[in-house]
Amino acid sequence: MAWYQYIWAPGIWGNPAVHTAWTAGTLVALASGAVGVFVVMRGQSFTGHALGDVGTTGAAGAFLAGIGALWGFLAAGAVTGGAVEWLGRRVRERDIATGVVMAFMLGLAALFLYLVSIYTNASNAPMTILFGSLFTVSPSLQPALVALSVAALAILALIYRPLLFSTATPEVARSRGIRVRLVGLAFMLALVIAAEEAALAVGAILSTALLIGPAATAARAARRPATAVLLGAGLAVGNIWLGILLAYDSYWWPPVHTGWPVSFFVTLLSLLMYGVGGLLQRGRRMRALPVPQEGGQ
Amino acid sequence: MLFPPGLFTLEFMQNAWVAGTAVAIVGGVVGFFVVLRGATFVAHAVPRASFAGAAGAALVGQSSALGLGTFAVLSALGIASISRERRHGVATALILAAALGLGDLFLTIGHVYAPAVFALLFGQIVGISTPDVHAVLIVSAITVVLFAATFRPLLLQTVSPHVAEARGFWTRGLEVWFLLLVSGAAAAMVPVVGALLAFSLMVGPAATGSIIGKSPLKALGWSIVFGVLSLWLSVWLAYLTFWPIGFFVSGFCLLFYAAARLITRP
Repeated sequence: MAWYQYIWAPGIWGNPAVHTAWTAGTLVALASGAVGVFVVMRGQSFTGHALGDVGTTGAAGAFLAGIGALWGFLAAGAVTGGAVEWLGRRVRERDIATGVVMAFMLGLAALFLYLVSIYTNASNAPMTILFGSLFTVSPSLQPALVALSVAALAILALIYRPLLFSTATPEVARSRGIRVRLVGLAFMLALVIAAEEAALAVGAILSTALLIGPAATAARAARRPATAVLLGAGLAVGNIWLGILLAYDSYWWPPVHTGWPVSFFVTLLSLLMYGVGGLLQRGRRMRALPVPQEGGQ
Repeated sequence: MLFPPGLFTLEFMQNAWVAGTAVAIVGGVVGFFVVLRGATFVAHAVPRASFAGAAGAALVGQSSALGLGTFAVLSALGIASISRERRHGVATALILAAALGLGDLFLTIGHVYAPAVFALLFGQIVGISTPDVHAVLIVSAITVVLFAATFRPLLLQTVSPHVAEARGFWTRGLEVWFLLLVSGAAAAMVPVVGALLAFSLMVGPAATGSIIGKSPLKALGWSIVFGVLSLWLSVWLAYLTFWPIGFFVSGFCLLFYAAARLITRP
């Protein structure tokens, strides 16, 4: 094996599963990275995670009803997003409302999965739904993923300025005539689309990692919001590319030749990215401080 | 038939009643601070992350309780170490995702049987053995005692952190202590009722209690009452229908919370 084959394992370019994973991953990462920056700035990490998680309920429900999983994901996201917006008007209430609603949606998922296990023979359904692998994405999903990513990014572009204003200083924005609640609702729609798309394509775990990790790193590093949005999308895409590459390479790794899951690499990279970003920023701040003069006088 | 035979006499049902009540009390007690501090995400993340620990324990051939406890404590410390003052959101999301990613890896490499995962996630309250019940009672009792011993400083630090700091309390230490209490509750709850139910019992009853109770102690009392009530009703209904208990508990929690919100609307 030539040395470069340890990095670009043989067959990575010709493999159709890798190709699909690469396209789906890029589409999901673009939307998640960009929307995620506002999720982090607005302190809605929990809501973002909850929306991905309740996709489980939608998927199990869709499986039970025999309709496409995509509709299940979007319906569960819409119900949860709506309930959270309605119950949690104030920030402190929002997380509690999110928690109670999310717990119920997961309870419903438990019931649906139980019914699935009784009426069908799909005993592995919970695993697939919870951990979904990027390498098993169906190529037929691609048009839907393109449409969802475009929709999420379009909503974000459309409300970009009022959203930024009402995120930074809601009171001032309100006094300037911006309809803060409407903007919040429109953003919730973009978040539901991005989170459910990610949960559908890459599983509920990965959706949180892609939504929060790159965006939090970007929000901390960039000085301007627009830079943060672009950087967030870029980091998310880089993260998933590296994750796919490592997962493909890991086929040759111990202990078994089954390959390590993409989710593992992406979540780890996401945490590493945030940590390294923090260290770099601390270094920059230290250098910016005035150097104390020794000796003096 | 509303009370079918065996509801109170079968051994596994007696275990379910005892362990469930203990877990509901711990959830209500720790949940009081979870809600007061708005730390719902932490209460969701720590039990969920400890579930990954159980998968890891299965891989290396250790008992799942050990894995659960280790991951619960590690995730709490991880969240504490990378979060900024009182803002846990991003740190919690990242630690949770990393723990679940590890769990995914353990499950993939270890070929863990899917129904076992399902039980850890959604709970299997009627499958508790008598030694399990003793373990749950011990961990629950320790958590509640530690909670009671540090109740006043924690309450002060939660309600007015600046006053607590001025009074000389080590606020950062109390922050970490709170997270450790949550991980203790998670370690007691997850093996019996699953990650989902642990979360539900730590948030729902306490949220209802905090709306109804006008003073901290009353809110704490209501929180325990609603937790135990939700759990008892759910054990009974789960026995009647054979449906998963997680569905009933989370449903009652939402019902009580929504009712309290509607009744006390100003």
